Parts: sequence; C-alpha cells; structure tokens
Amino acid sequence: MRYLPLNDADRATMLERIGVENIDALFCDVPAEARLDGPVELPIHKSEMQVERDMQAMAGQNMTAGSAPFFCGAGAYRHHVPATVDHIIQRSEFLTSYTPYQPEITQGTLQYLFEFQSQVAELTGMEVANASMYDGSTAAGEAVLMAHRVTRRNHAVVSGRVHPQYVDVIANLSDMGGFGLTHIPPTVQGAEDLLSSVDENTSCVVVQNPDFFGSVNDYTELAEAVHARGALLVVVVTEAVSLGVLKTPGTMGADIVVGEGQSLGNGLNFGGPYVGLFAAREKFLRQMPGRLCGETVDADGKRGFVLTLSTREQHIRRDKATSNICTNSGLCSLAFSAHLSLLGGNGLQHLAWLNHEQAVDLAGRLGSIDGVKPINDTFFNEFTVELPQPADTVVEALAARGVLGGVPVSRLIPDGGFENYLLVAATETCAPEDMAAYAAALEEVLS
Amino acid sequence: MSEKTTFTGHRGLELREDLIFEIGAHDRSGVDLAPLRGTPDRLGGIIREAVDLPGLAEPEAMRHYVRLSQKNHAIDMGLYPLGSCTMKHNPRLNEKMARLPGFADIHPLQPASTVQGALRLMDELAHWLKTLTGMPEVALSPKAGAHGELCGMMAIRAAIEARGEIERRTRVLVPESAHGTNPATAALLGFSVDGIPAGDDGRVDLEAFRDKLGDDVAAIMLTNPNTCGLFERDIIAIADAVHEAGGYFYCDGANFNAIVGRVRPGDLGIDAMHINLHKTFSTPHGGGGPGAGPTVLSERLAAFAPLPRVVAGKSGLELVEHGDQTEGRPFGRMVAFHGQMGMFVRALAYMMSHGADGLRQVADDAVLNANYILAELSGTMTSPYSGPCMHEALFDDTFLKDTGVETLDFAKAMIDEGYHPMTMYFPLVVHGAMLIEPTETESKASLDLFIATLRDLVASATAGDTERFTTAPQLAPTKRLDETRAARQPVLRYGSTEKKQVRAAE
Repeated sequence: MRYLPLNDADRATMLERIGVENIDALFCDVPAEARLDGPVELPIHKSEMQVERDMQAMAGQNMTAGSAPFFCGAGAYRHHVPATVDHIIQRSEFLTSYTPYQPEITQGTLQYLFEFQSQVAELTGMEVANASMYDGSTAAGEAVLMAHRVTRRNHAVVSGRVHPQYVDVIANLSDMGGFGLTHIPPTVQGAEDLLSSVDENTSCVVVQNPDFFGSVNDYTELAEAVHARGALLVVVVTEAVSLGVLKTPGTMGADIVVGEGQSLGNGLNFGGPYVGLFAAREKFLRQMPGRLCGETVDADGKRGFVLTLSTREQHIRRDKATSNICTNSGLCSLAFSAHLSLLGGNGLQHLAWLNHEQAVDLAGRLGSIDGVKPINDTFFNEFTVELPQPADTVVEALAARGVLGGVPVSRLIPDGGFENYLLVAATETCAPEDMAAYAAALEEVLS
Repeated sequence: MSEKTTFTGHRGLELREDLIFEIGAHDRSGVDLAPLRGTPDRLGGIIREAVDLPGLAEPEAMRHYVRLSQKNHAIDMGLYPLGSCTMKHNPRLNEKMARLPGFADIHPLQPASTVQGALRLMDELAHWLKTLTGMPEVALSPKAGAHGELCGMMAIRAAIEARGEIERRTRVLVPESAHGTNPATAALLGFSVDGIPAGDDGRVDLEAFRDKLGDDVAAIMLTNPNTCGLFERDIIAIADAVHEAGGYFYCDGANFNAIVGRVRPGDLGIDAMHINLHKTFSTPHGGGGPGAGPTVLSERLAAFAPLPRVVAGKSGLELVEHGDQTEGRPFGRMVAFHGQMGMFVRALAYMMSHGADGLRQVADDAVLNANYILAELSGTMTSPYSGPCMHEALFDDTFLKDTGVETLDFAKAMIDEGYHPMTMYFPLVVHGAMLIEPTETESKASLDLFIATLRDLVASATAGDTERFTTAPQLAPTKRLDETRAARQPVLRYGSTEKKQVRAAE
C-alpha cells in the first residue's frame, strides 16, 4: 500500500519490542463480539491510475460551468480565480499544517489569518472580524445566537429576502436551541415590513444585501429603527464581490455582518468547502464565535501573531463557550485573502463594477424577449426574471440545449407562488457570446 | 547560540516578511481585468467610497505567500504528532481529483440531471461510510467534526421530541476527559451537561456512569477510542445501560482512524457518530480547515437525518431538499447546499486507494506505531495508564517532577529539534498531559529518531539543563510569543491601534 511506510519486517520487530505476539493483541480491549475478523465488504485497494480512472468517470457525468454558458448564482458564484491562488493554497506548508496551536512554527498561517481578518473588517466596514467560519449559512446561524447573547433576548426577526437555505439553518439552530424566530413571508421586492414584528424580546433583525432576489438595499434607516428598539441589525452578504462597490453594511449601521466568501479565491465545488465571513462591532468582541488571531511580540520584542481570546472558546470554556466551533475554514480563507491581495482595493472595485455591467447587459438582453420580465429596480450581478411558464422546466430545457440558465426560485421556495421566477447571475466570466447564446436558447424554449 | 544580526533582517534562507498592508498599495494589482464600458448603473446610488485594501503584483504576491509558508511546520516536512488531531500524509492524488472540473466547477443548484456524477460520488461515499461503520444512515452535510457532533445531537434531540419527552430529558452525560466541543454542543441545544468521572484505568467508571442514569438523561456523549487513547472496554455495557434508561448514545468519532476496518461502531450500540474526513480519511487540515464531519446514524435515528439527502429516483439520483419530499422526518438543515463536496472527493479517493484491506491496515499500523512509542519511552517518560493504547500514546508530567521543566517548556524544546510538539495539557484529567499520535504514515526510522530525541530531551531535563527548555524555541522563526499580551490588549486587525489613537485625539 503506497501510503504505508512500514513493511512486515518492521511490524514484526516493533511487535517484539512492544512485547506482544501479534497485532490482534493490541486490540485486546475491544469486546470480542465486536471484533471483525476480516475486511469489510468493500472493494480492495486500487492503484493511483485505477482510482483516477474511476473518479474521472464520475466527474465526466457532470455538466461543468466552464463548458456551458453559465448563469447560476443564489449564494454561489463563478468568478475567475487567478492561477497563483491555487498554487499558493497547495503549498505543503499551508495545505498540510494544523490549526496554529504552536505559534512559533505556524507564523505563516497566523499572519495570513491576521491579514484576512483585516481585509474582511475593511470590506464590510466593521471594526473586527474573525478568522472565518464554515460558510455563510452557518455564520448567519451563529450571528443570531450571538445577538441573543449580546442583548439577552431570545427572538430573531428574519427578512423574507434572506437566502432560504440560510433561513433554514438559522431556524434549525433557533428551534433546537429553544429560541424564537419570525420569518417574514418572502416577497420579490417592494417595501418589507420588518419592524412591526420587532418587540422587547427581539434580539436582532436579519437582512441580506444584495437580497436573495438580487435587489440592492440601503439599511441605514432600518438600522436606526432596530437600534431604537434595543435590537441589533445583522446583515448577510452572499456575494462578497458586491462589497467592492456597494455601501458597506458597517456604514449602514450593521452590528454583525456575516457573509459567504466563496466568490473570492474559491471555486463552485458543488457547494463546498466555502468560507464564512464574520465581522462585528468591537464592543461585542467577547461574544463572537470562532477563532481570532491577534498581534503580539515574541521574547525578543519582535512582532508575531497568535490565536487569542480563546477564553470564549469550547476547548477552554466547554459548555459555557460562545460556540462549539473548532475547525474553521483556514485554507479557504487563505484563498480568499490571496485573491483579494492580488486584486487590491482598486482591482476589487473594478471587478465589482465589471460584474454589475455584465448583469445590466444581460438583464437588457433577457428583458427584450417576449414574456420575460426582469423584476428588480436595483441589482448588483444577479436579478430575478418572471417567465411566462414554470422556471424549473425552462431551466431543464435550457440545460438540454447546453445552457445553465440560472436557479428557479421554486427550487429553494417550493410553495410560495414563485414557480415562474428565475434567478439569473452574470459575472466577469460570462462572455458576450454566452449571453447571446443564452438569450437565443431562452427565446427558443419559450416560443 | 550566535545571534548574528543582518542589515535586511533576513537570516539566510529565513526571510522576514511584512504584512500586505505594509508592502502593497490600493492601486496596484496582480489581476488584469477587462475595461469598464460605462453602462448606466442600476445600483440606486447605494455605493461605497474607495476600498482601502492593498494590492500586490503577481510576483510580489507569490513571494509574500511563499515566504509566509516557510514559517510553518507541516506534515509534508516532518512528524506532526498532535494527539487527537491525526496529522497523517495527505495524498496528492486526492488534490488532483478534487480539482477535476467535473467536481470543482459545478454549481450546487444546477439541475440534478446535469450533476449525476456528483450525486453518484456522494452516494458512493455514503455507502463506504455506512459499510465501515455498520450504520444504516449517514448525513453528509456537516462541515466539520464539531458540526457533525451538532448534527448527531440534533438528531437525538429530534427523536426525543418525537417521543414527547423533550421537557423531561434535559441532561447529557459527558466524561470529564471529553473534547471541549462535546459539552459546548450539548449546551448549544439547551441540554445541561453532567460530567462523568474517569476511573483509575482512564476509562468511564461504569458504576459511576450507571448511578448518573435516570429518566431525565437524553444521551451520553462518549469518545471512543477515548481522549486518553484507550478503547472503552465497557462500551457495549454503556450502550445497553443508556438505552435501557431511554437515552441515546452519541459517539465522538474523532478517533475512528484507530479502529477503521477493525470494529464497526454499529456493532457497539452507538446511535450517532461523526467522522472527521480530515482525520481518518486524510483530507488536508489546511491550517485549520476546511474539514468535513459526515455523521452516521442508527436505525433509531435514521428517519431524523437532516436535509439534503441523495436518493434514487425515477430518472437517476435526486436530491431531497425539502421535508415534504421524504417519508422520513428530517430535523432540518445544517448548511446551505450539500456539504463539503471537495472533501468528499478527497476522502473517497483515499478510501478507494486503500480499499477494505488497506483501511484495516491503516488502523493496525496507526495502533502499532503508537504502541511502539509507548513501549520505547516507557522507561523514560511516565504514563498515567497502562497499555496497550490505541492510535495515540498518553504521557503525564511525573517524569519532569523537580526538573524545573514543565510540559510547555518540554514541547517548545521539541520545536528546536525540528518537531511539532504533541498535544499538550489535553485531556484535562491528566496532569501536564502530552498526547502523541504518530499515525500510520510514519516509518519506523522516523519513529526511532523521534524516540531518541525525546530520550535526549528527558536526559537534559533530568541533568538540570533547564535552559534548553525554558528559553526554547531558539531556532524557530520567532521566539516564544507573548500570548497574555495578545489577550489583554487585543490587536485583531492592521491599523486598529493607529485608528484608536486618532479617535482618542478627536
């Protein structure tokens, strides 16, 4: 077996040194009735070449985004990731290192985490950010729990325009933790009444920007009203590139900002691994979940970085911890940070505008097709269109024509009367001919 | 030791590296983008000012990160014996497979008809995990070990609720030696945590455990092999007792690598167990994630498995994403989308490479290597419990008594010898604990040098050479770091101290 260095001679010598007859003797504490006397019923070992062949057969059954005009979003976006990023995250010293528990020999990881935190704080317009969460949805769940701790209240109000699966994650955590939740019924756009659900038990109001249906919102007034009622404003961002052009949640008055960082540095990967962003006002620092990296000095007074404020965390506080999180999304946060370092502030801003122009272009093209109605007044790189027939069958018909044409709203909200609504995203990766092909295919499907 | 200073601050191949904020500029970039066309915007005026973030040209970025990388220890460089963390070799085939466009470049919400291969991979992984654990159901979506714990405990909570006993069953039993995530998880779900004391043999004290049982107990959360590196001999009796009391058995599967192919948790009476794909099945730890924590469930809990689920439908494999599309009673959803696909690919490639025969050999060699260390160091270091151990060897600090050297110092001295230290001060029930997990991917020569090094360190400590320890590390990229200062005056982002001063001046 190519991954196992011991040979039978080694094994025999080692057993002798240990002073046992055979390997079974080392498993003597396993109850006899539970010991397996041979391999389980699964195939035996395979060569690298064979495994590669089997894997390629499975991979080959999927229609890849790169092989088709591609317009899917809804919380996962296809952006161009520079080749440098993938090289960097495959460096052995990053890839095969553990959580930096021994800071003297993990300064590489710690310094990029510090840089990541600084970048996320600046991007979101917040004072502090942590070293990442699993993904955007779990970060949103943790944000609500944090709001409960900060305010000592136990009820959250969630906008109907937060990503439905994020809402499911929040609702599941709330249910299981014995907390209350009001979810406003989803509506595509127009004024949404969140405040009438806010009362003295409300810890936070959760909104998304751009929202699930693509619209761009300014939550400044909402933040003021929420604060006046003693609650916090949690802003969810599922498309990190939007932060390059939109007014920041921090400027709007958000107390906690959570996001999905996949768009920078990380591929689609069929939904994971991704990287959760988590930023907050500094005064709530000690209620934050997750790892935090901080600056300090070594015995010679030289700058260095360590994991810090761990008295919030499970390995110290156990059942009193702010969260049960242990692993975060280290390598994905490196990809995020490296991509953002390559872009720079101006580069990110440019990329964001480019995305927006692409979406405006696409909305114009689709809107000119008979029966297709773009809904949004404002949007960033994703918008909703109303079709004259159910979106799921249209998407299937488009796929049959080699176009991945977006995400039917009904896939995520099956019963709400959204059958004819389709979410469409355009990024810098869409070529003009992709858009033309999409428009032509859609016209054909609808005719 | 010579403390030669240099003009640049570099020391030969050890190159110092400033922060991106100190070397980059917001108008510099390593990405070429198409020019803007000046299309009228649809942003409604909700626009930010400049983005104050540094950019680097590609060569600068490459140097920055390569220099940083060289300040890390990694499993590819040497032994990384962190107990309970399972730092084993990460095969590069798995990286290559995860990057096949057919897995890496597909969207989670594409029509199922366009991702049949991805669903097949998930289904295949589920089959391997269920077969290896002898359990009927697996939830693939949890994102890490602690998230898998949460999944298992949520399934238990849902099952108790379905029985109408949620008001009554509020107590979860957790051994004092458990990972911190266990009590934290139980508390997150509103359970109270009741500690079970360890017996003299480092295992659950069966009588003390039985005394704790009652009709208010929801579950026991037990790690097996446990955090002392020992197999819980009474595990079947523990399972029977908790079931008899109407509770469930959650097993922390962090240490499954010790028994994979040798024991099926399903045969031990376990109801739920998470599997760290980044431990047992070699997906890279990546400096702290991403992990993956698929959670296997017993017949008693299978119906409560969360969404989504992969099922065989009329036209191939389908994803069940909503509760009313299944006859089960899914407790809800743990994540957006379907889980850590990239990790699923890597783990399955690892399993297929080893096969049923190789995975059993993995457990055998992991246990053999740990016992070899335990045996070879038995006259040198002190163990709180007698062996054999499973995949990791636990020592206490008795052997350092009166030397003036503490576990922390001992660990830091290992850094100067080129090793990443073992897990320290965990489990909490053992004084000055040192938990060594070599894994199956170390050769005998590697273990022999490690053993000889530890013997040499112990000889120094005993001989009174405390300086080798208390001033260590001397040869790492930094000297010992001041963690107290970091916590007392938190600086968590670049420029925060300057900004604070400005604010104070205003």
